[in-house]
Amino acid sequence: MRESLILRATVRLLLPLLVLFSLFILLRGHNEPGGGFIGGLLAAGGLCLYQLAHGGDAMRRVLRIDPRILIGVGLATAMASGLPALLRGQDYLTGIWGKGVVPGIGKLSTVLVFDIGVYLVVAGTSLLMVLTLADGATEEEDS
Amino acid sequence: MTDPLIIAALLPIAASLLAPAVVRALGPRAGWVLALIPAAIFFWLVQQLPLAPGEVLSRSVPWVPALGIDFAFLLDGLSATFVLLVSGIGALVVVYAGSYLAGDPRLGRFYLILFVFMGAMLGLVLADNLVTLFVFWELTSISSYLLIGHDHARSGARESALKALLVTGAGGLVLLVGFVLMMIAGEQLGLDPAVAGKISGLATVDLRGHALYPAIFWLVLIGCLTKSAQVPFHFWLPAAMAGPTPVSAYLHSATMVKAGVYLLARLNPQLGDTALWHWAVGLAGLVTMLTGSLATLGQRDMKRVLAYSTLAVLGTLVMLIGVGTAMAIKTAVVYLVAHGLYKAALFMVAGNVDHETGTRELRQLGGLRRFMPWTALAGILAALSKAGAPPMFGFIGKEMLYKTKLDLEAIGAWAVVASVVANVALVASALMVSVWPFLGRTQETPRKPHEAPLAMLLGAVLLSLFGLGRGLLPEPFETTVGSAAATAILGTPVEMHLKLWHGVDPAALTVMGLSLLTLALGGALYLMIRHRAAPVGPFLRRACSVGPTQLYDLSLRALYTGADGATRFVQSGRLRFYVTITVAFALLAVAPPLWRAMTWQLPVAPEGWRLHEILVVLVGMLATLTAAFLRSRLATLAVIGATGTCVALIFVLFSAPDLALTQVMIEVLTVVLLVMVLYRLPRVVPRSSGLSRLRDLIVATAAGLTMTLFVLAVAPIARDTSVSEFYLQNSAPMAFGRNVVNVILVDFRALDTLGEITVLGTAGLGVFALMRLGVGRRKRKESR
Repeated sequence: MRESLILRATVRLLLPLLVLFSLFILLRGHNEPGGGFIGGLLAAGGLCLYQLAHGGDAMRRVLRIDPRILIGVGLATAMASGLPALLRGQDYLTGIWGKGVVPGIGKLSTVLVFDIGVYLVVAGTSLLMVLTLADGATEEEDS
Repeated sequence: MTDPLIIAALLPIAASLLAPAVVRALGPRAGWVLALIPAAIFFWLVQQLPLAPGEVLSRSVPWVPALGIDFAFLLDGLSATFVLLVSGIGALVVVYAGSYLAGDPRLGRFYLILFVFMGAMLGLVLADNLVTLFVFWELTSISSYLLIGHDHARSGARESALKALLVTGAGGLVLLVGFVLMMIAGEQLGLDPAVAGKISGLATVDLRGHALYPAIFWLVLIGCLTKSAQVPFHFWLPAAMAGPTPVSAYLHSATMVKAGVYLLARLNPQLGDTALWHWAVGLAGLVTMLTGSLATLGQRDMKRVLAYSTLAVLGTLVMLIGVGTAMAIKTAVVYLVAHGLYKAALFMVAGNVDHETGTRELRQLGGLRRFMPWTALAGILAALSKAGAPPMFGFIGKEMLYKTKLDLEAIGAWAVVASVVANVALVASALMVSVWPFLGRTQETPRKPHEAPLAMLLGAVLLSLFGLGRGLLPEPFETTVGSAAATAILGTPVEMHLKLWHGVDPAALTVMGLSLLTLALGGALYLMIRHRAAPVGPFLRRACSVGPTQLYDLSLRALYTGADGATRFVQSGRLRFYVTITVAFALLAVAPPLWRAMTWQLPVAPEGWRLHEILVVLVGMLATLTAAFLRSRLATLAVIGATGTCVALIFVLFSAPDLALTQVMIEVLTVVLLVMVLYRLPRVVPRSSGLSRLRDLIVATAAGLTMTLFVLAVAPIARDTSVSEFYLQNSAPMAFGRNVVNVILVDFRALDTLGEITVLGTAGLGVFALMRLGVGRRKRKESR
């Protein structure tokens, strides 16, 4: 891919902002437009941008975690978030809400944990696809 | 659930899960520990003996009560005989396998499957409910498939395993239909559905008089014939030798092939004693007996000789059940037990020879008694029983066989001749696997022969001594289970009186004379084969390779070719083809009813159209149209992105911010992904032909029109708003969220979302796997 200095410099600044924004979107999702799905896509979009500017390996370094692990952890989180309800004798995945309010997040709940799981799966899947396809693309160019 | 009978039936399957751990902890010695489980079942049952004729122990646990399916188990003389064989021989086989497969990294896996197999067989012979029986029946097919294919790196083993699975599995399906018809017939004869599903329940009505009887009979018969390897389904059994020897020993003596015999015996009171039964069952057995016994002469591989002789014995058993007189049934019981004992012993002997010398080819063997005295002893004792020589248990079996035939008035003479011919061949084959390898001059073998370890001797020696003991003292057998087993098969009480010596009355002398004649002729035949005086080998081998085997190979090849062609036709691998077909079928499904329901009414927007709304729609339409005419892929992508953005804008305009956000993000990611895909495509865009472009145009236009009409048709219909009302009203109070869309996603319908993200993650992994696979393959191709 052709390198663009402007893109590279901008993305370096944009990426943290985008990821922060995606977390913001995730957390506000229960009351305002947003949620795990959009948040996950947003985070993936930011990292994609980074990948376009700096290449797949650089993006992997920034991400540090294999996207496949994100998918697994996300699924496990979402599934586990339904278990407390079972222990209380309620139906699986019934939301359980905490009492206290955490500043900036709001009430803690299993629903939020579930949404975090969705966020991780969506981000992981998108990144996995992008990275896999990008690897294929660069290999093709090399050969 | 705590009843010993139910525990006995289910214990091996439960224990199978522990087997790999035990093997990991103890290595090859694990066999001694694992054998305790079948041994416990064996001794528990011995405690229950003697079973009086007609005595029945039955237990039942509900499984699917709504369908009248229970874990119903029943212990009578017949099932007790089988449980003793399955668990007793099973324990010895487990010990044997530990030593035979020592060092095999898959020993844990092997034991796991062996225990499932054992449990399936125990469940099968104890089951009273037809459905339960069928489940265990299929489980034996599946587990034997895995056992035969244990050496799965060898293509021969895989093919043999598949052959066994396909033949017995197909037979199993036929049997299932037969079972269902039996249940239907039982219900029509006035039985409660729960009772009609039970074998014991069906004994109370006369199925033979029902109109469905012939159908039931043939279906059940085919199921049993495939399982018990009767002609013309016999070819899978000799092939199944590809499995490790412990498997063959078990499969041939106590399990699997005996399942068909068991079921015929079990259903004899319900379905037997009709002209159809006598002729069809008897004839199938007779043909198999002759085929197997003659084919065995042509073999020079110890295991193959034994495999074909199993066919002969199975044929004899089936024939006896077909004859169905009290004498025949008693003979069948004796023969069944005698065969189980000596066949397991002989297979273990063959395994020892193979293991310690490196070959089972008879022409390379001789004089092994000097190196393997115990194996030789077991082999010769077991072979004597197989040959039906006094004073072995097999001798009593053969005497009874001849007596049965002589008692048959109409066809007695022919049946006797056939039996004598088969038994002469069996005598010769018994000598082939005992005298040939163990006596005579010492031969050079691939490995320096030495005696097998204790674990591999125990089973063979014990079983062959047991055969001798039973022959000398047959009374304990007849009083403990023999009479009870015969009673269970016949359905009416019988007493069994086994003797080695019948005294001097004319009938007994005839039988004795026939026995001795058989032995003499068999011995002579063996000598002819041994010294190549009778050139039967090549001819018989060739004869064995024609017939049903070829039909099987042919139909399997046809299946592969057919599947290949169908896949090629349906799965062209061209995305455009798939999209066209999908869209076209959706059109066919939607268009006709839509056309009829159409009211042709244009909806009116409540507040009228606003300029920017119209503008957004127009831009979107223009972008779509442009996309269809562009040549450059990159430009097409950009334009499609524009269409998506227009859709997102429409969401914004009609107050769906969540949808709009998602749409924008998806649009961005899609374009990024597609750009990357573009890198992988050839640079040159191939132009489709005018004709296919026309076809695409028609399909696309039709799809667009139908969708438009669909929306127009749906718009005027008053919607049921109760669902959305519920969500709107309850979102905040019940789920503490004001964003209803998100509340629905993560709370009200969280399970759906969980399913969706699972699919999403799987799709991602699918892309990963496909791409990696493709890249890897291309790299390998380049390096070559």
